[in-house]
Amino acid sequence: MADVKKIATRQSYGEALKELGASHPDVVVLDADLANATKTEIFKKAFPERHFDCGIAEANMMCVAAGLSTTGLVPFASSFAMFAAGRAFEQVRNSIGYPHLNVKIGATHGGISVGEDGASHQCCEDFALMRSIPGMVVMSPADDVEAKAMVKAAYEHQGPVYMRFSRYGAPVIHDPDRFTFEIGKGEVLREGTDVALIANGPLVAEALEAAELLAAQGISARVIDMATVKPLDEALVLEAARECGKIVTCEEHSVIGGLGEAVCAVIAEHGLACPVRRVGVNDEFGHSGPAGALLKQFGLCGERIADVVRRMYKYS
Amino acid sequence: MTKAEEKALQAMACRVRMGVLTATHGAKAGHPGGSLSAADVFTYLYFKELNIDPADPKKPDRDRFVLSKGHTAPGLYAALAYRGFFPVDDLPTLRHIDSYLQGHPNMDTVPGVDMSTGSLGQGISCAAGMALGLKKQGSAARVYTLLGDGEMQEGQVWEALMFAAHYKLDNFCVIIDHNGLQIDGPNEKVMGLGSIPDKLRAFGLDVFQIDGHDFEAMEGAFHAARQVKGKPCAIVLETTKGKGVSYMEGQVGWHGKAPNDEEYAQGMAELSAQLAELEAV
Repeated sequence: MADVKKIATRQSYGEALKELGASHPDVVVLDADLANATKTEIFKKAFPERHFDCGIAEANMMCVAAGLSTTGLVPFASSFAMFAAGRAFEQVRNSIGYPHLNVKIGATHGGISVGEDGASHQCCEDFALMRSIPGMVVMSPADDVEAKAMVKAAYEHQGPVYMRFSRYGAPVIHDPDRFTFEIGKGEVLREGTDVALIANGPLVAEALEAAELLAAQGISARVIDMATVKPLDEALVLEAARECGKIVTCEEHSVIGGLGEAVCAVIAEHGLACPVRRVGVNDEFGHSGPAGALLKQFGLCGERIADVVRRMYKYS
Repeated sequence: MTKAEEKALQAMACRVRMGVLTATHGAKAGHPGGSLSAADVFTYLYFKELNIDPADPKKPDRDRFVLSKGHTAPGLYAALAYRGFFPVDDLPTLRHIDSYLQGHPNMDTVPGVDMSTGSLGQGISCAAGMALGLKKQGSAARVYTLLGDGEMQEGQVWEALMFAAHYKLDNFCVIIDHNGLQIDGPNEKVMGLGSIPDKLRAFGLDVFQIDGHDFEAMEGAFHAARQVKGKPCAIVLETTKGKGVSYMEGQVGWHGKAPNDEEYAQGMAELSAQLAELEAV
């Protein structure tokens, strides 16, 4: 995939906001002194009167977004995932989630692929935190095309939405001319019958690579892009469990509380005898290093996903 | 303000206080102390200051009120009920299972409540967001928020004040119920706040400090606040916690405790007597 174009989805977020802002005057963007990192500066340059820097004060920013939404505006509150979901959790829970307000949270720098900044900035807990808030939509796109469609879908959706974007460049795997996005719907990117790889974010491309590796050994892997973590596309999960009989979830998130556990819960509650393995960040913190090297070191790569599948065969 | 108008407001504040006792007694829980210290400002806001319409609680050009110190919901509910947003008879259902009168204000269930609050320090930020949104859309509506003095220990309050001054929110009025007491004791013993007016001025607000139980002073301050341009303003109300009920006045213990049957009867008798005196002319 060396010649495939790579784009960080934070860039997609900034560009999508600008496009959305051009046709929707009710879109306003908030940032907490990170506009050039979250890429909301792209929106800011086009619509400076609708971009509000809140300074380094994420708790206030989330509640300001809540207040703005009550006046009919549609705020996109932006920061790093660590601060949007982590630091401001209780503000999101009580001032946005509980009153069901129409606030969109754009969190960039999700996962360990933040890289050199190290563990303090590598948020691998945001899906878990945001999933636990009643009514919150939680999503993470695989690539530029999906990220842009997701921002539009978030705008069209009435109610709170959390979107997680990456600093790390992800290969563009979707065709912008044919792609459609719907909140709560997964997408089968590659058909397969022996195992289903259910992934989101930058790990979708890794799952596709794993499927290639496995195909060489005669294992047919289905690859599902599960961009919406909540509400989860349960029908697609159950179909994969019944038809493939094995599932590996792949996410740049803790194995605790994210996509993997959501998939496990669906399968367990339906009483299906389908083994599941979770590829994600185990119960540990990240550390500094180049993003690509970190992803490999933490096993968030195609080779490791393929390895996990192979071991499922060995022990099943 | 004419004497007659002042008396009418005082009488209404008496009813609001009775509503606070009735609601917390009915709930066997809740926060009477801070509801009573703020009963006069609730009355002033809902019967004099705010541009609102009980028949159309969501009208777009209405003034907004955010109770940042959400635990004093009994006071807010009593004022809303007497203003006609919902039946006064519903007040005793406060905190009961399946009642729309939740322990802390819920904008989804209570007519007239502009923001769900309860977690201290958040309401002021939400109110600042409302003020910014209204101002940007050219609305003449104003946004008021009421904080407890103890609430000012939350760091987020100061984030919100910085924000309001930075964006020159002159449609934004921060009201502080300075009764000096919080759950664990006097503010200065729990976590010293120093001079609240000085701190507010240092954060760029125009500050008015008045007796929070004096309607004429309130009229002066709220009128002056409306003339402030280019910056937000604050009104610091010097108040007595538990005001109007003899055994609750100045008592830390009545922050979050409901009156029992005997205490309820005594409090209602005191307030009835005050009301009769105000209405006797």
